[in-house]
Amino acid sequence: MSLRLAVPSKGRLQEATFDWFGARGIILRRTGSGREYAAAADGVAGLVVELLPASEIARDLASGRIHLGVTGTDLVNEKIPDPGRDVHSLAELGFGHADLVLAVPEAWVDVNTVDDLDDVAARFRRRHGRRLRIATKYHRLVRDFLRVKGVADYALVDSQGATEGTIRNCTAEAIADITSTGETLRANRLKILEDGLILQSQAELFLSRAAGWTPGARAVLERLADTLALPLPELA
Amino acid sequence: MAKADAMSAPAAIADPAAREKAEAGALLARFAEGATLFDTDILQPAETLLDLYGEDMRARAYVTRDPMRGELMLRPDFTVPLLKAHLAAGGGTACYAYAGKVFRMQEPGSGRPSEYLQVGREHLGGEDPLAEEIALFLKVHEALADLPLRIETGDVGLLVAAVEALDTSRARKDALMRHLWRPVRFRELVERFGGRRAPHPAQAALLARLEREGVEGVMAGIGEIHGLRERDEIAERLEALLEETRTPPLSAARLEAVERLLALDCPLGEALPALETIAARLPGMERAVGHFARRVEALAGAGIDPRKVRFAGSFGRTSLEYYDGFVFGLMACDHPDLPPLATGGRYDALAARLGGARLPAVGAVVRPGPVALLREGGR
Repeated sequence: MSLRLAVPSKGRLQEATFDWFGARGIILRRTGSGREYAAAADGVAGLVVELLPASEIARDLASGRIHLGVTGTDLVNEKIPDPGRDVHSLAELGFGHADLVLAVPEAWVDVNTVDDLDDVAARFRRRHGRRLRIATKYHRLVRDFLRVKGVADYALVDSQGATEGTIRNCTAEAIADITSTGETLRANRLKILEDGLILQSQAELFLSRAAGWTPGARAVLERLADTLALPLPELA
Repeated sequence: MAKADAMSAPAAIADPAAREKAEAGALLARFAEGATLFDTDILQPAETLLDLYGEDMRARAYVTRDPMRGELMLRPDFTVPLLKAHLAAGGGTACYAYAGKVFRMQEPGSGRPSEYLQVGREHLGGEDPLAEEIALFLKVHEALADLPLRIETGDVGLLVAAVEALDTSRARKDALMRHLWRPVRFRELVERFGGRRAPHPAQAALLARLEREGVEGVMAGIGEIHGLRERDEIAERLEALLEETRTPPLSAARLEAVERLLALDCPLGEALPALETIAARLPGMERAVGHFARRVEALAGAGIDPRKVRFAGSFGRTSLEYYDGFVFGLMACDHPDLPPLATGGRYDALAARLGGARLPAVGAVVRPGPVALLREGGR
């Protein structure tokens, strides 16, 4: 019996993931030619490794197609309707740090907090006859954050990339996006609201509660957890 | 009751969907008396509803996309399309009834249905607001009078009047009115305007700079402006911030009166003395309290015992944000798991928000699903 583990399909996240497992005695390696999306694991019998884009890892954790997956806190909370029920974080991996933040143009000297943004949204609507637009790809996280804060009169507009450019292009007035150093925000003359931190994200090793936890899969999980020295949750 | 019996479902119908449908038919027959039947598409333009309820609506309604028509929403209620159609046809006084499916996204694991039948009746226009409120309430109450009910009521009009009666700037009243339906935010604003909550340090720093350098001084440092929000809008808000810091805090007595109104929770028959005490601290509320008193009297006159009806100052504030007067809900006793069997209330300001003139309006909806379930259980 086998246990399916999905790890990021490319780039720095993949390297860091391989390093993290390697340092704990489990060697993950790509197989075949460099461009082939195939991988294997040495050190734990029955562990099957898949290479997937990070957002699909979140989706497959929710559906239970995979048992374990390495992906970001942000994607798990954005993509999975009830993350508390469907997934369990086994470990924070200490890399892939990024903050989801609300940012506005630097020139808005009058806006430093979410409270200011709400007031400006009301004024913007009166003046321009439409809701103040916030560009993001994290619709659910941003909407939940703004609901809890009691912000009204805004509209979320979808932006799947280069979100910092939407204001210059007049397709949004503010943005909510992932940043690690804040450099891209500064380069685009944007500033983060003082209390505009929506979520702190990093790479985590998640367990899917929805996966088929057969005795065989459990046995592999226990061996893996033993090698990685991770505590396991109760599984239904 | 003979008439209702004749219209109710044959006892042999066991399927819950069929029972819901039969109950809807019976309710519609009652609600259609003296009313025009209304129907509307299931797919509604999303923009109107998002503009009205805000982005939160996306978490509560199903939004879909048509390549030509843009974003569409699966009908979350009938009231908005009904009022839009009424305004488009010239407005005026009318009474409508309708029955059909509505679609609401539910919390994961709540077990509540995401599509269900709704039967409603709306009174638009009319000369006598109180008479319309009572007539509509009784219509709904009569339709469910054979069931063990708990009646809960509120009056958003009292809260509107209380805000208007505050001795403070128009800007503060507008801010409070805007967040009337967001209790947490409303409380924050009340505390800030009362001087009980300090501004965020970043806001305090800006205010200090504004005091020192003035609006022009602060504006001088800002660079190139990108986006739709223009330079004068920023300057205008800086002026407003400065003015706000110069506005004295709300008096503690008036603030306390607003808080007592929000916290009020008692039998309807006991609410009036409490409201009169509150109104004594908020001169200007008398009219709203007078309207409330006449309503209690009229309900009692119609056979509704005010001692058995609950009144809560905050009732109706967290649901869909358009009620601005009398609000009510009929709940099944001993069934906290069931959604309200009926809800309704006054929404005079909605027509204006949809681009028309202000139009007196009261409406109510019944959910035939849980009603049928209760009737079945009672047999």
